[in-house]
Amino acid sequence: MNNLQIPAWGIWAMLAGFAAFIGLLVAYFKRNHGLKRPIFASPYTLWIILFTVVPCILIAYYAFTDVNGQFTLDNFKNFWDSNYDARKTMGPELEMYLEMGFTAEDLGLGRGTVNVDTLIYSLWMAFLCTIICLVLGYPTAHIMADREFKLGSTLVILFVIPMWMNFLLRTIAWMSILEDTGLINQVLGWFGLGPVKLMYNSGAVLLGMVYNYLPFMVFPIYNVLNKMDYKLSEAAMDLGCNKWRTFYKVTLPLSLPGVVSGITMVFMPAVTTFFIPRLLGGGSTEMFGDLIERTFLTANNWNVGSALSLLMMVLILLSLGLLRKVDPDGEGGSMI
Amino acid sequence: MMKFIKRFYLSIILFFLYVPIIVLIVQSFNAGKSRAHWEGFSFRWYQELFNDAAIMQALYVTVSIAVLAAIVSTVLGTLAAIGIHAMKKRPQSMMMTLTNIPMTMPDIVTGISLMLLFIFTKVERGYWTMLLAHVTFDVPYVILSVLPKLKQMNKHSYEAALDLGATPTYALFHVILPEIMPGVITGAMLAFTLSLDDFTVSYFTTSPLVQNLSTLIYSQAKLGIKPTMNALSALMFVSLLALLLVVNRRSSKDEIKK
Repeated sequence: MNNLQIPAWGIWAMLAGFAAFIGLLVAYFKRNHGLKRPIFASPYTLWIILFTVVPCILIAYYAFTDVNGQFTLDNFKNFWDSNYDARKTMGPELEMYLEMGFTAEDLGLGRGTVNVDTLIYSLWMAFLCTIICLVLGYPTAHIMADREFKLGSTLVILFVIPMWMNFLLRTIAWMSILEDTGLINQVLGWFGLGPVKLMYNSGAVLLGMVYNYLPFMVFPIYNVLNKMDYKLSEAAMDLGCNKWRTFYKVTLPLSLPGVVSGITMVFMPAVTTFFIPRLLGGGSTEMFGDLIERTFLTANNWNVGSALSLLMMVLILLSLGLLRKVDPDGEGGSMI
Repeated sequence: MMKFIKRFYLSIILFFLYVPIIVLIVQSFNAGKSRAHWEGFSFRWYQELFNDAAIMQALYVTVSIAVLAAIVSTVLGTLAAIGIHAMKKRPQSMMMTLTNIPMTMPDIVTGISLMLLFIFTKVERGYWTMLLAHVTFDVPYVILSVLPKLKQMNKHSYEAALDLGATPTYALFHVILPEIMPGVITGAMLAFTLSLDDFTVSYFTTSPLVQNLSTLIYSQAKLGIKPTMNALSALMFVSLLALLLVVNRRSSKDEIKK
């Protein structure tokens, strides 16, 4: 199943088919001048069916079958009970270790269901990350949209520029700031303070996540605040509201769509982050994205990996559905 | 006082965003190989950069894929947007749902699902599969930046052009396209940047033999990043910054002329 020693003709066949389809379309288009515009969307429709819908179906297929292609729900059962999985994969070795005096906890079994733990941990981290981004990002967006400053667009560019540097490199740069011989500890050293352990814990992972996702919180809120009619808050002030009351009663409710879309844009990628925990967190802070990747590429278990991906997708769709209810028109807009 | 606090707060946030970049650029001038110790100023890594075959190869892969993916996805996406815009209500909302799938799907799931597809169809993963994957996640962004422009457009100008004897092709290129050009350009730029910076999807859709900068960095991360990589990213960063300044200067000049 995992045999990759096959010539690359397949991709060429696919692309040739696609080109032939477009050629056919053009020929058809040339002959019938009265062609309707909706046909323009057909290459894209074909593309998305081939490369988005079919792959999704494949994931669902692997999630519900076992190695022999038989229908099964075991992949999900294993998810809830990863002890069972560990016992199965380790087999006699596990018994050996247990006899040698290792406790179940040493072997990572005592944690109960490891996968569920990882899921809850990722959700918790993503939640914290979203809250921190909101707390840091809302005031930032508010100040950026401030009419006193008249710097809005320049500031937007200043927020975009860091994103041009490869985000992996930026995250790695944090390593050289946080590590035991890193910048912070060197500065502390000048004052005679001992090295503080900053890396390889959840705090470092959280810092990396907030660092990477903060702009995604700032932009949607800024967009909404910037488009907001400032006369409304002026009117509120004229009618006797003080600053805080104006903010609470006028600005905040009007900016909610931006907040909602900011939360979406931070929370979604945060749950599935998979390189930050590896770089900044060491082994103890595995998140759901890492788990999926590891299940696929290291453990080579596509069926359980697909089941995990499917769970992830369902989770994301559920939370998206919830958010849509709050912001039905998608007013918050995205990065565009 | 309030103004001072606001400025102070903004500078702290910006400082937070720029610290790693400053560190990276400083490291690229460090004579030694160590991340932590400053061993004097040198251009050593910049000189070594051009002899580093792996990095030059990765740079070529990254940039060429970003350009190709941007071109293909812009053509596909613009055509699709025009088509979707002209559709009746039901197929239109169906197409929008389809378009939203890849956008809401987590990167890792997109990458893995495509990897499964390539393995299932026995296609060897490499340059072309990566390009294909990049086009797939780029197109929705192009569509979403073109559609608003189509909605702003006068509905009747296309029909008027047809009534006045233009062929649909002519009307497409001379009536619709000029109107939606800003959206098309935004979409192309967006596609280019997304593709340039992508790691997760590339990671799953390429082989270890064909690496782009992100996957190369990731594979080096555990052993320690070579300072040449820092030098390259500093160079790319500065050139993008220069480009931005030039574009800004030009557009502000245009505004003055108007």
